[in-house]
Amino acid sequence: CWLYFFTVPVSSDQIEQLHRRFKQLSGDQPTIRKENFNNVPDLELNPIRSKIVRAFFDNRNLRKGSSGLADEINFEDFLTIMSYFRPIDTTMDEEQVQLCRKEKLRFLFHMYDSDSDGRITLEEYRNVVEELLSGNPHIEKESARSIADGAMMEAASVCVGQMEPDQVYEGITFDDFLKIWQGIDIETKMHVRFLNM
Amino acid sequence: MGFPMLVPFSPWCWLLLLVVLKCSEASSDLNKSTNSTAQHEPNVRFAAASSEADEKISVFALDYDYVQIPYEVTLWILLASLAKIGFHLYHRLPGLMPESCLLIIVGALVGAIIFGTDHKSPPVMDSSIYFLYLLPPIVLEGGYFMPTRPFFENIGSILWWAGLGALINAFGIGLSLYLICQIKAFGLTDVNLLQNLLFGSLISAVDPVAVLAVFEEARVNEPLYMMIFGEALLNDGISVVLYNILIAFTKMHKFEDIEPVDILAGCARFIIVGVGGVFFGIIFGFISAFITRFTQNISAIEPLIVFMFSYLSYLAAETLYLSGILAITACAVTMKKYVEENVSQTSYTTIKYFMKMLSSVSETLIFIFMGVSTIGKNHEWNWAFICFTLVFCQIWRAISVFALFYVSNQFRTFPFSIKDQCIIFYSGVRGAGSFSLAFLLPLSLFPRKKMFVTATLVVIYFTVFIQGITIGPLVRYLDVRKTNKKESINEELHIRLMDHLKAGIEDVCGQWSHYQVRDKFKKFDHRYLRKILTRKNQPKSSIVSLYKKLEMKQAIEMVETGILSSTAFSVPHQAQRIHGTKRLSPEDVESMRDILTHNMYQVRQRTLSYNKYNLKPQTSEKQAKEILIRRQNTLRESMRKGHSLPWGKPAGTKNIRYLSFPYGHPQPIRRDPKVADFTGDDSSDSELPSIMFKPYPRTGTLKKETQEIIPMKSFPRGGKPCHFGYPRNTSQEEHVGAGRREALRPKPLFHAVDEEFESGEESEEEASAGGSRWSAEHRPSKQYHRSHSPLLQRK
Repeated sequence: CWLYFFTVPVSSDQIEQLHRRFKQLSGDQPTIRKENFNNVPDLELNPIRSKIVRAFFDNRNLRKGSSGLADEINFEDFLTIMSYFRPIDTTMDEEQVQLCRKEKLRFLFHMYDSDSDGRITLEEYRNVVEELLSGNPHIEKESARSIADGAMMEAASVCVGQMEPDQVYEGITFDDFLKIWQGIDIETKMHVRFLNM
Repeated sequence: MGFPMLVPFSPWCWLLLLVVLKCSEASSDLNKSTNSTAQHEPNVRFAAASSEADEKISVFALDYDYVQIPYEVTLWILLASLAKIGFHLYHRLPGLMPESCLLIIVGALVGAIIFGTDHKSPPVMDSSIYFLYLLPPIVLEGGYFMPTRPFFENIGSILWWAGLGALINAFGIGLSLYLICQIKAFGLTDVNLLQNLLFGSLISAVDPVAVLAVFEEARVNEPLYMMIFGEALLNDGISVVLYNILIAFTKMHKFEDIEPVDILAGCARFIIVGVGGVFFGIIFGFISAFITRFTQNISAIEPLIVFMFSYLSYLAAETLYLSGILAITACAVTMKKYVEENVSQTSYTTIKYFMKMLSSVSETLIFIFMGVSTIGKNHEWNWAFICFTLVFCQIWRAISVFALFYVSNQFRTFPFSIKDQCIIFYSGVRGAGSFSLAFLLPLSLFPRKKMFVTATLVVIYFTVFIQGITIGPLVRYLDVRKTNKKESINEELHIRLMDHLKAGIEDVCGQWSHYQVRDKFKKFDHRYLRKILTRKNQPKSSIVSLYKKLEMKQAIEMVETGILSSTAFSVPHQAQRIHGTKRLSPEDVESMRDILTHNMYQVRQRTLSYNKYNLKPQTSEKQAKEILIRRQNTLRESMRKGHSLPWGKPAGTKNIRYLSFPYGHPQPIRRDPKVADFTGDDSSDSELPSIMFKPYPRTGTLKKETQEIIPMKSFPRGGKPCHFGYPRNTSQEEHVGAGRREALRPKPLFHAVDEEFESGEESEEEASAGGSRWSAEHRPSKQYHRSHSPLLQRK
């Protein structure tokens, strides 16, 4: 599906707009670094700010490798990341829709799986929940952990069902992740509106 | 159908009703109206008393008039409830037809009886009673139970569709009927334009509540559901506003008096009425939310506050001729969020159920009354008018649906398909709203009121029965996209993450979208509104509330199945009561709830350990004690039951889930020096049976090596060796077999590395206690793996 992102033309208006934005962020440099994201004021208040910024530099999202972070990204990389947020075109056939959905979910998976080991472990999940709830001063860390634990348990039950006594559930793999998301229409949620115009 | 079921339930009722009616006829004929009855009442009684005094004291007398109205109303409600019970008992029925069908049938039956016995029905329906008492509960319920998030996500489409749709339908139907009326052949020329328009506005009031039930059953996708729901919600308000405006116009006697200025004023009024109503509602919502902040100590009045303030908002808006319906809806929506956090659990439940009860009573009364008036003499049948009304209703609805959605689809990222639109068109079921408005038409202004009422009834019957019954199969036939909503923490988490992600990306792109508006509102809400309106120290995240809700449910389930009887350890006398009984007394439940709430997180933490390696050493003494206690209990129980596999308990799968929570893969363990935390956790996790499965050294004795590590589980999936054991100092051997609970000191079981190392001895005790006789056969007993060097480096 990622090929689709490149082969189907994004309108030149959109590219123009994105380019302008890119220049604004990078201060007219050809590449952006992590520090440049500090220029986005509203992002400060976002609880998962660090994950978002990280996602831009994640090699897996940029298709430059299977782990690690890039130091800087150029405009093409920027577009690559943005392309994950394109609305799914309803004229595409079923198979392509599935592929696109998978790609988007993969992006999300990478956000959770910070150590790039292909599994979302309990600790990573806890991390995510803590960040999500970090904006709220009244929730203690304990609650956040318990929630993560509960979520993990739910995930395990969804993915594995009844477990053998000696079975170990090590973490959510990408396939499990897909299972959890089954039925939730990610296509309708993960898109940025202006990219549709 | 449901009737066979009805019969066994209500023979007494029917009988009673008949007897009573006959008696009432015989006894008096003072059934003119409430007022006159009320006034005559005292006189009659006195007269009767005095006349009786003249003759003899009668031992037995019947005075039906005194109680007639409340009696009959109560009977009606009861009848409808019995019918509903019967309806739901025959389980295929609710899927076949909406409940409103049933209510109408019951109403028709009651009407038949009343007609047959020539009895005058109680005056349940008159303008003030309807608008002041019957309508608000229905609207309040609709507003309170509205799912806010999807509603606001689709609000643009909803407003566009509900608002304009109602207007188009009203004027379209009105105008077309006016044209029909002009045709001399039908004998309708005396019906003027205004009357037609008014009729159009009241007949276009859709009441899709019936359809919503069918939709829920069929689990259609969310945007579709929200469209219909939004329409149901706003439609009432809009038609009533239109109705009132048009009535005001009609009162301006001459048609020619109406100038364009008036029409403009009408439009302006429409907007002000709508917006003003909403504004009032929001203010009242905030006030009531603020008040509930202080009601901790008198939680009994919390439901009262909620209901009274909503009702007050309705009345206040009506005083100023603003739309009370929109006011009460807005009040409910605003209030809900804050009130839910402030009120106690029982108040919350009370509010929910009471609201449902009130609205169901209102609806029942209206439908029954509708049925009653069907069978009667106030009809005027005019073929042309009625048929054309039906036809135009359908045509104009189709036009408005397809035209409006065509436009709004341009602006939606995910347009509604033609299938969806067909379903929306087909779900235009009229209901009690239209009937009420028709019934309340002032006869003075509408000489042909009876015709209107008849036409309305026909439309309602047609749509409710024919469309209501066939929409279910239609939805299935068209294979409308289904939703897969289940309440789960994961889903909630992911959705929240997605929200923030989207907001973040949009920030990066420098785009402004409605998404950010929502974000900004949320921030404002958190920063200011919540501080004022909610009590202190409440975690206010939807994730947390959902989590707590699910936890509570699960924990209660667990207790009821007797698993968590160990909880009762802290309250010993309860253990006996709880264990094995399904029905718990309210005090039990209350205390159980308290215990559970406090221990909730401990339960979770204890039983869950996927991943040992990075559990931070933050467990508290209390928690560990708790764990220990539970473990002891479980051991005790399994001993008692003689099970080697405590799984033998009649626990649900949940139990097993806890048990088999294994550990994560060891890899990270290597990275993280604090592995023992995990160990601790692990053991706690296994407090439930799995700990039993420690391969007990069949070698006979526990050797006294301090460094031995006993893995507790066998190989995980993926083949990575998973080993966790605890350093076992086998100095203590005797155990559990003898129920040596007392000997086990309540020492923190899972602890940070440091602590464990220090209290190595105790943990060994634990270990041995746990590693009792119960080793599972299939557990290879030779999995002594050295997991980790730090672990081994014990003194």
